[in-house]
Formats: sequence, structure tokens, C-alpha cells
Amino acid sequence: MSQQQLTIKTPSVARLWFVLGVLGVMLLLLAFRAFDLHVLQHEFLANQGEKRNLRSEPLAAHRGVIYDRTGSPLAVSTPVTTLWGNPSELVEHRQEWQRLRHNKVVSEAKIADMVRGRENKKFVYLARGLAPLQAQSVLAEGVPGIYSRTEYRRYYPAGEVTSHVIGFTNIDDQGQEGLELALNDSLKGVEGRRKYVRDNRNRVIQGIEVDKEARPGTDVTLSIDLRLQYIAYRELLAAVKKSKAAGGSVVVLDAHTGEILAMVNQPSFNPNNREGVQVGALRNRAVTDMFEPGSTIKPLTIAAAMEEGLLKASSTVDTTPGTLKVANKLIRDARNYGVIDIPTILAKSSNVATTKVALIMDDQALPAFMRRFGFGATTGVAFPGEAKGSLPYRQHWREIERATLSYGYGVSVTALQLARAYGVLANNGNLLPATLIKQEQPLVGEQIIDAEHANDMVRMLEGVVNEGTASRARVPGYRIAGKTGTVRKLTNGSYEEDKYLAMFAGIAPAENPRIVTVVVVDEPKEGGYYGGLVAAPVFAHIMSGVLPMLNIEPHAPEPIYASSEVSAQGGQL
Amino acid sequence: MQREYLHQLPGQSLKASNSSFLARFHLDTPLLLNLLVLASFGLFVLYSATNGSYDAVATQATRVGIGFTVLLILAQIPPRVFRFWAPALYSFALVLLLLVLLVGTQKKGAQRWLTIPGLAQFQPAELAKVAVPAMVAWYFHERQLPARLRDVCLALVITCTPAAFIALQPDLGTALLVAISGLIVLFMAGLSWRLIALTITTTAIAAPLAYFFAMHDYQRRRVDTFFNPEADPLGAGWNIIQSKTAIGSGGLSGKGWFNGTQSRLDFLPESSTDFIFAVLGEELGFLGFSILIALYLGIVLRCLLISYQAQDNFARLLSAALGLTFFVYVVVNIGMVTGLLPVVGVPLPLVSYGGTSIITLLAGFGILMSIKTHRKMHIHSS
Repeated sequence: MSQQQLTIKTPSVARLWFVLGVLGVMLLLLAFRAFDLHVLQHEFLANQGEKRNLRSEPLAAHRGVIYDRTGSPLAVSTPVTTLWGNPSELVEHRQEWQRLRHNKVVSEAKIADMVRGRENKKFVYLARGLAPLQAQSVLAEGVPGIYSRTEYRRYYPAGEVTSHVIGFTNIDDQGQEGLELALNDSLKGVEGRRKYVRDNRNRVIQGIEVDKEARPGTDVTLSIDLRLQYIAYRELLAAVKKSKAAGGSVVVLDAHTGEILAMVNQPSFNPNNREGVQVGALRNRAVTDMFEPGSTIKPLTIAAAMEEGLLKASSTVDTTPGTLKVANKLIRDARNYGVIDIPTILAKSSNVATTKVALIMDDQALPAFMRRFGFGATTGVAFPGEAKGSLPYRQHWREIERATLSYGYGVSVTALQLARAYGVLANNGNLLPATLIKQEQPLVGEQIIDAEHANDMVRMLEGVVNEGTASRARVPGYRIAGKTGTVRKLTNGSYEEDKYLAMFAGIAPAENPRIVTVVVVDEPKEGGYYGGLVAAPVFAHIMSGVLPMLNIEPHAPEPIYASSEVSAQGGQL
Repeated sequence: MQREYLHQLPGQSLKASNSSFLARFHLDTPLLLNLLVLASFGLFVLYSATNGSYDAVATQATRVGIGFTVLLILAQIPPRVFRFWAPALYSFALVLLLLVLLVGTQKKGAQRWLTIPGLAQFQPAELAKVAVPAMVAWYFHERQLPARLRDVCLALVITCTPAAFIALQPDLGTALLVAISGLIVLFMAGLSWRLIALTITTTAIAAPLAYFFAMHDYQRRRVDTFFNPEADPLGAGWNIIQSKTAIGSGGLSGKGWFNGTQSRLDFLPESSTDFIFAVLGEELGFLGFSILIALYLGIVLRCLLISYQAQDNFARLLSAALGLTFFVYVVVNIGMVTGLLPVVGVPLPLVSYGGTSIITLLAGFGILMSIKTHRKMHIHSS
């Protein structure tokens, strides 16, 4: 081709400049966009990115230890290893599972099971709460997608002896029952956090760093004395077995401080292995179950009349002929006691005399008096599921209602409430809140009856043990005061023919009252059902162990009444 | 207005080609150096993008090696040979594209691959990227310029036939790029501004129509996603959102080589192929972007200079087209990864993992070197 042709055909320089111009514009666009993303939107996008790959996971906090008042551990946390899997990562390495074929902790089959249907998920528990060595046997195989995490598991050294009071935690270390639940917030501590970088399939890629250390929970020291708890548990269990009872409760209270020294129930359960436990066995009956207190309430009726100034320790009541008709209802004693003084009312547990005493008071006086003792209200123990009991408010208390109230029907209490009410008598008329936590300072109480009247009552109750229905509550070497009670069980609003509740509320030592113990045995079937027969011996057995243990000096030995026969038959309701 | 390049053929470029050692092997030193630096930079980024996979980098390095060998071979061949063979190459490409439609291998829902029994698979569309501009350049080589309407129409047919075949695979992105490579030649051949304006207007009208009537579902989804990636952040919008996040978290100087978290931790799909720019953006930051763009710009400017100095229409048009198409790839890829353009499957030239594209590109640069180094020495008298 000729040069001439070339000259004509050449693309113009203008086109070239144009192309360069377009190129420049495109470059500017790209540069601006890159600058926009890299610099202007940097913070926002960097943040977005971190949201995607920075993950944090909780660091379990060590749960506070629960001690008894002497420092024995009742609930401790031990580190355990939990294995978890990342299904979306696991499914990519199916062939590596076979390394765990014979593993007893996490087998190949188990992985297949856990992953099935969750192939797109990123987290599944494989095994929780393993001993570190067990977990290591799995981790050592190095199957991709299996990870571990430290958790804490609760152990209860005293097992079923303290199980109702302590309660238990669930697998996530959260309190479910008992004090574990009530004190959960202070026991659990504060979880820490640690950060790690993960990829889109949730695989942990690098650098786990602790972001915030876990703060361990606060330890708690209970008012419970494990030694006393053991004794109470042993004796209650023996009695419940012996009488083939459905259940029972014992509360041991320090009347001076309001501290509960022991609280046991039957049936109990092993908190360390709750498999197959009946729901009923989980209840802390001493706090959650209400019952009519029966004759154990009689001292309060007497005390009420004394407070009202209507009765003196020297007063007498005529119970002839052993029955009393109140509004078409016949109230009866075991036999005709004739004219008896006040201590004898209690010693013989006379319903007629108690009713007569109740009826000389204003219609609101007795219920109001009982309310001051904390019936129908919580005890201050702040226990989950605590029952208030029931003491109804009425515009007018009819005579029959006052009569039955005077000997412990038409009012429901818990074993703890009953113990606390007796605590008033043992503590110079001072009502203290009940507590399960060890107190450095005695709790502040409230004087609700005259100290002298309270002391009078203890003296009279000592007579019940020495001469009345509660002879089996005697403890060699100690002076004991107490009152028995036996009630028919109330089921769905009607009284059962042959189901009873046997109970005993006692104070020791009588000369310097300090310990109050309430024993309740539910549905005793063999060997009688009277409180004096079933519950009083439990009290005696417990106290004969407890009093020396608390360094309470024995009283100068006195000749013990040989005739313990007075006892059970004499006591009624 | 119109000047002839030849007039400016300066003595110094004559000297330069004499003094350069590489020129004896028909290689253009600046372009070659630029390409080598870029390819190394690409391998460097790829090593991180594949999470330190030595195998991937070795494979890619082999391909780069093959590419440079092809470049070396093609550079020895005088441009007129290419001109002579252009129609044959074009026809060959057309036949292959037809074959793809008939007996191609399917991958990811598109039929883009031809399997040569016993040999590798390859995409004939890649061949079209060189064959189409070569054919259009050939067509205008002996024709009057600026192009007449009849020639323009024919050039359009030459350009659009293979593009249509590719679009049918379906691979709209590559089809558009092949069409653009032909159109660039047409533009450089002196397409009248009136026609250009007309084309642009037609496109503006045709684009919405194509969206509603001619596009495949997946293509329509890509367009939708482009306009609003956040509408389906876990589905179609994921790529764009992720790549933007990766680039943005890089900042001015980047998180450092191998320290990118977004692009590496499986958050970014296709991180070693089409979306490798996001890895670079995150790990090397705006600085890395600038270096990359500077390398690309150096290559394109060199191509334009070669075109400017070329001696005949074919050489001029083809070299300009190859250089500019190369730059279009860059713009389209980075535009797509940064969310400026819709997602089309275009690799980042010489950086993305993948063989066919690298070899085609380097083959193109081989032709450019041939054009640069096979000039006849005219001594201009006037």
C-alpha cells in the first residue's frame, strides 16, 4: 500500500485523545470508588467485617461455694469439659469420624446422630460435663469440627442430707431449686468473655484472647450445722422407716439468733444424680408444706389469754364432764379431767379447757395473737416456694371457729413457722425472722409477748414432757419443754379417716431455752400415730446428740420419772 | 487535523530498538517489564488469596510461564502474518463457538467449555477476544477511513455474530466484552460521531427492553442485585456486600499480606478468581489499589503508544483494540468488585486464578510486541 493511503486511513489524533480522556475518566471513577470504600467508608465497613468474623464466647464463672456454719462444703463447683461440634464443619470430614468409632464418650454413631438434620448449623453439644481426661480422649483424635469448652459442675458432698436446703443447679450451672435458686444471683458470679476470629463456617481460626476475666461467684456460709443436719436426717429417716410413714420434716432452730441449724425432710433425693427422682421428693416440706398444727398450738391459746390478762398461771378451769357443746358440735377430751390448773391443761392436752380459755377472749383476740407469731406470713427465710400457711381474716369469728382454732384446726402452718413461733417462747417473747444464712450479729427481733409470759409457757411445757403427753421427748441429763400434736390429715377439704400427722415441738434446755426443734411425721402407719408416740422420740434422739454437740451443759442430773407410761394414751389431739 | 504517525517516527526509537538487548528477540522492554511485575504481583496476591496454597500458585505460575512463552513466540511473527491469518482465526473461533453450543461441557448452568479429548478444557470465547478485533482490523485494513456506513454495518456483523453465540451459552459478560473489543476497532477506524450517538441512544432504549424480554433469570437477578445488593444480603447480594466489606476494612494501607479476615475466612466467595481484587483491597489497602492501577495504566499507555507508532491500519487498530480491551477488563472487574457495575464473570487480568484468560491476554501482548518490533524503517524525506 502506498504512503498516501496510510495518511488518509489513519485514525485521527483526536480519537486518540478522546480515548485517553475516556480512560482518564474511568480511572478517576475507579480511584474515587476505591478511595470511597478504603477511606471514607472504612470505619463502617471495618466494623461490618468484625461483626462477621469476630465472635466472643462466654467464659464460665466459678460458682460460689456453699459452706455450712462450721466451714464444711455443701456445694462445690468443679471444672468439667464440654465437647461441642460444628455440624457444617463436621460433615466435610465424615471420613475422619471413624477415628472415634470405639470411643465411649463421643462415638462415630453419636456424631452422626447429632449432626443429622443440622448439617447447616454451627453449634451442637456433643457431650457435657466430662472429666478432663474423658474429653481428652475425644479431642486427641483431632477430628475437625469438635471443640471443647470449660464449664463447671456442681457437687454436693453431703448428698441427700442437705439436698432440700441446698437445692441444685441445672446443666447450665443455674440454680433450679432451694438456696441454689434463691441465692443464684450472688452465687453465679459474672461470666467473662473471650474473643476469637472465626470463618464463615464458624471454624475457630486464630488467637483466642480473653476479653474479660470471669468473676467468680460469692461464697455463702449457711446457718446449717452439718453435724446437726446429719443427726436430724438419720433420726427422721429411721422414724419414717420404722413407722412406714409417707414423709416427715425436722427443723432445728437457734431461738436466740433465728438461725436454722438443721432442716431435713423425708423423702429425700441425691442431688448428685437426680435420675428417676420423684417430684415429691424434691420438696423442702419443712418450708413448702402446710398442715394444721393441732395441739401444738395450745400453748399459744393459753399465752394469748395470759397476755389479755384473763388468765394467770394459778388459774383453774373446770372441764367436767370432759365434753363441751359449742354450736352443735361436741368437743371432747380423752376423759373427764375435772377441775385442772393451767399447766395441766397443756400436760393433758385438754381440748375442753383450751376451748373455754379461747371463748373468754374477744372474737378477734386469738387470731390476732397468732398472727403476731407469724402465722399466715412468710418467715423471712426467703426460700423458693415457701408457703405462708393460712390464718384467714374474718369479720366475726364464731364460737366454733374460735374453739377449733384454739386447739389448732382452721389454721395451717409450716414446720418452720411452728418452730419460729416456739422460738418466741424460748426467746423471752421475742420474734425473730428465720434465716438459713449464718449471722454474725443476732437478727433484730420484735417483742410480741411479755417475757415473763414466755418463760411461764416454757416452764409449763416442761411439765408436758415431765408429767404429760410428751414423756418420750425426754433427753437424759437435760431439761426439755415441748408439746405434742396429732391431727387428722385434711385432704380436699375433708378429714381422712385414718391418715394422721404426728408432731412434736420442743425447746431445750428448759432452764435456759435456746434450741427449738419441730418434728413432723406424715402418715405414720405402724406403731401408733400419736405425736407423743411417733414424733417425740425422734426429738429425743436428735436432741441427745445435738445438745452435747452444741456444748450445752447438762442440767444437774435429776431423777427421771420412772413411769413413762403416762404418756401417749393421755395425750389427745 | 489528521496526521500520520509515520512522520513522527523518530530517530530515537530507532536507536532504542537497536540498543535494547530484548529488542533483538522482538520484545518491547517497558511492556515486558510491566507485564512481568504485574504477573508477579498477581501471584503474590494469589498466594494469600488461596490461603497460602503453594500448589495453586505453582499451577498459576506455570500458566503465566506458558503465557509468556506464547508471547515470546508470537512476538517473532511479523504483523502481516497475523493479518493474513486473521480471517482464518476468526472463522475457526466461530466454528468453535458453534461447537460449544452444540457439544459443549456444562459448568455451573452454562455451556461455555469445549473438551478436547485427552487434553484440557478451554473456552472458545477467550479465542474470540483476540479473533474479533483482529478480524475487524483486517476488514478495515484496506478500506477507506473514516469508515463508510456499509463497512460499519459489515463490521458490526463481524463483531456481533460471535458475541451473539457467546451470549447464547449464556455468558452475557464475555459477549459484551467481545462486542466491545470489536466496537473499539470500529471507533478507532473513525466511526462517525452521529452513528455513535445513535448507538448510545438505541442502547439506552434497548437495555430496559432486554432486561424485561431477553435476559435470563440469572442475568436479571444480577442486574437487580447490582441496583440493590442489600435487598437479598445472604443470597445474590452476598458477593458484593462481602467484597465491599473486605475492601473497606482494608483502609488506606491495608491489613497486611495474609492478614485479611473478610476475604480469607470463607466470607468472600470466588476470592481467588473473579473477586481477588477484594483480597488485595483488604490486605494492601488503597495503596495496593494504586500500585495495581499504576501497573495497568503503564501497560495500556504503552499499548496506545505502540498503536500510535504502528505502520499500517491493521496494526494500529488491532494494537489499540487489544490495549483498550485489556483496560476494559480491568475497569469491569474492579467496577464489579467495588459495586460500581453489575456482577459479570470477568477475571482481573493477570491476577485472577485461571488459565485461559492469562494465556489469551499474553498472546495479545505477543502480537503487540510483534507490531512494535517489526516496523519497517522508513526514512522520511519531507
